[in-house]
Amino acid sequence: MKKVLLLGNPNVGKSVVFSKLTGTSVVSSNYAGTTVEFTKGHMKWGDEIVEIIDVPGTYTLNPTNKAEEVAVEMLDEGDLIINVVDSTNLERNLNLTLQLLEKNIPMIISLNFWDETEHKGIEINVDKLKKHFNVPIIPTSATKGIGLKEIINTFDYDKVVNHNYGDNESRWAEVGRIINDVQNINYKEHSFSDFMEDLTLSPLTGIPIAIVVLFLSFIVIRFVGEGFIGYIAEPFFEIVYRPIIVQLSNILGGEGFIHNLIVGELIEGSIDFGQSFGLLTTGIFIPLAAVLPYIISFYFVLGLLEDIGYLPRISVLVDNIMHKVGLHGFSIIPLILAFGCNVPAALAIRNLESKREKFIASTLMATTIPCMSQMAMVIGLLGSFGGKYLLYLFAVLVVLWIFIGTLMNKLVPGFSTDLLLELPSFRMPSITTVLKKLWMRILGFLKEALPMVLLGVFIINIFYTLGIFEALTKATGPVLKNLFGVPEAAIEALIMGFLRKDLAMGVLIPLGLTAKQMLTMSILLVIYFPCIATFVILLRELGPKDMLKATLIMLTSTLVVGAYVNFAFQIDSFNLLRILPVVGVYLLVILIPKREKEEIENI
Amino acid sequence: MTKLKLTEINANKKCKVIAFKGGSNMQTKLENLGIRLNNEITVANNSFVGGPITVISGSTKVAIGRKMAARIIVEELK
Repeated sequence: MKKVLLLGNPNVGKSVVFSKLTGTSVVSSNYAGTTVEFTKGHMKWGDEIVEIIDVPGTYTLNPTNKAEEVAVEMLDEGDLIINVVDSTNLERNLNLTLQLLEKNIPMIISLNFWDETEHKGIEINVDKLKKHFNVPIIPTSATKGIGLKEIINTFDYDKVVNHNYGDNESRWAEVGRIINDVQNINYKEHSFSDFMEDLTLSPLTGIPIAIVVLFLSFIVIRFVGEGFIGYIAEPFFEIVYRPIIVQLSNILGGEGFIHNLIVGELIEGSIDFGQSFGLLTTGIFIPLAAVLPYIISFYFVLGLLEDIGYLPRISVLVDNIMHKVGLHGFSIIPLILAFGCNVPAALAIRNLESKREKFIASTLMATTIPCMSQMAMVIGLLGSFGGKYLLYLFAVLVVLWIFIGTLMNKLVPGFSTDLLLELPSFRMPSITTVLKKLWMRILGFLKEALPMVLLGVFIINIFYTLGIFEALTKATGPVLKNLFGVPEAAIEALIMGFLRKDLAMGVLIPLGLTAKQMLTMSILLVIYFPCIATFVILLRELGPKDMLKATLIMLTSTLVVGAYVNFAFQIDSFNLLRILPVVGVYLLVILIPKREKEEIENI
Repeated sequence: MTKLKLTEINANKKCKVIAFKGGSNMQTKLENLGIRLNNEITVANNSFVGGPITVISGSTKVAIGRKMAARIIVEELK
């Protein structure tokens, strides 16, 4: 099968070209032996099937990070390179182009964002550029579908040009000469879009804009998610799925171990998808009908923000804050992803550069960021007591984030890098690309998370039958119930929550807890352990030793926060006097000397 | 011309890159984004509340963390 590689700098619209060329059968996978992801798809070309590979974006063939190393290794596999170039940034892009032309692989150049050059006052003489390189050059505007046909028509191009541009310096000199020859820029006045871009970056205007954007996103996510649940997911389960399960329940005899494992316990004689806890009832209802709709709407909105080019601006705005916890602005992206599901977020943490940054980001995420599933859980637990309690919960999480973040910044050895980020212009997103990316993220969630959820229900049902929860509750309950100020039965929910948090919710609601007890339990359930899917992935990413450390941080946080909330929360609000010790301890934490080493080489 | 750190240049001023006080990895990463020795860049944003500095090089806008920016030595152009 013929292999076509799409290669280019980051932010050149490569993935738009990719999604317009390929069909629905795109898969994203790891490059062998690495954690770097790439996507590939297929296209019918005459009688042939052509494989199209979207190689991770790279600025150079002298790699500075893992993703770029992979890009270089993948080069050898290609029969044809399509070098996607941002024609509004021609000079910078040509450095890679020249390096590629030395590789003796057939290559064509796509001058993407062609439609934008005009209003930016950039003139590029394509014929002259062709003469310099001696390869086909095609102006494209992938979002609008312009030039894609011409690209497809060159798939059988197989001429190899033999260029040699010498070392780094003489190559840049050559880039300079070519640019002087082919490009002419008449800088235009600040456009409205430039003006908006500046506003989103300057802290004074950017932060209010970010708050408005996040608030609107939240409203859209909720609206779309609820729509999905109300009009699609629940009707499907009630009308189509219920009769099948009722049949199955009858066949299995309505009770007994096997029945309870698969269908679950009947609640007042019928199946309750939320509380029966069978593999085929609650086990698939919660992830598919309660969580997946929100995940879909969350990643849809996020994909839009990503493709408009807004997300890097958030990185810039939060850079200051993130340095306080030993990270830099870019690491906000995995933390934002984690609000959807921790699994894709854990995968995004891979892209951070140092081991220290990966550890800090993973621990912060697993401990303090509630995913959609946890969010649904705490809303279920606290909603009836009023929105005030949700605010308390988030306030506690924010304070905890600052605390363990600052502590880790002081105590974790290693080095952190600094922010260096290209800020792409705002662009109209391509709906095909957004949908394709959404589809891959959902597949990722279903593949990684769903089996774990089912495994969790399975193990829980077995443990339950064997009386393991009861034994653990008896052993730890007497101490924990006094520490946290909750009844012993609530401790059992915590223990079950190791495997399934939604199960914990089912245990807690019938207990009739007070508002304070419910608040304590909700906070504990969010922070004390991520779901097993996240746990397994983090274990793989961090290794057993660091995962053990992260787990200890989570458990310590749980004990401290649980005891503190029990101490400081009185009747229906936090006692102001009892908040003071927190401030005091924080001031002490700031005084701890840092163990981080500055590595000039890698800043 | 006086040598200054990039962090000392105000918004909307042009300057010329004359040295990198970091490792080769940092230099490569900056070069890839068009911030090369002897290139002219324009500071787009350098806020008094701190945070990254944004510069424009060619038509690329780049955000550079303060620590790294302090290692880029420039001279201001009138």
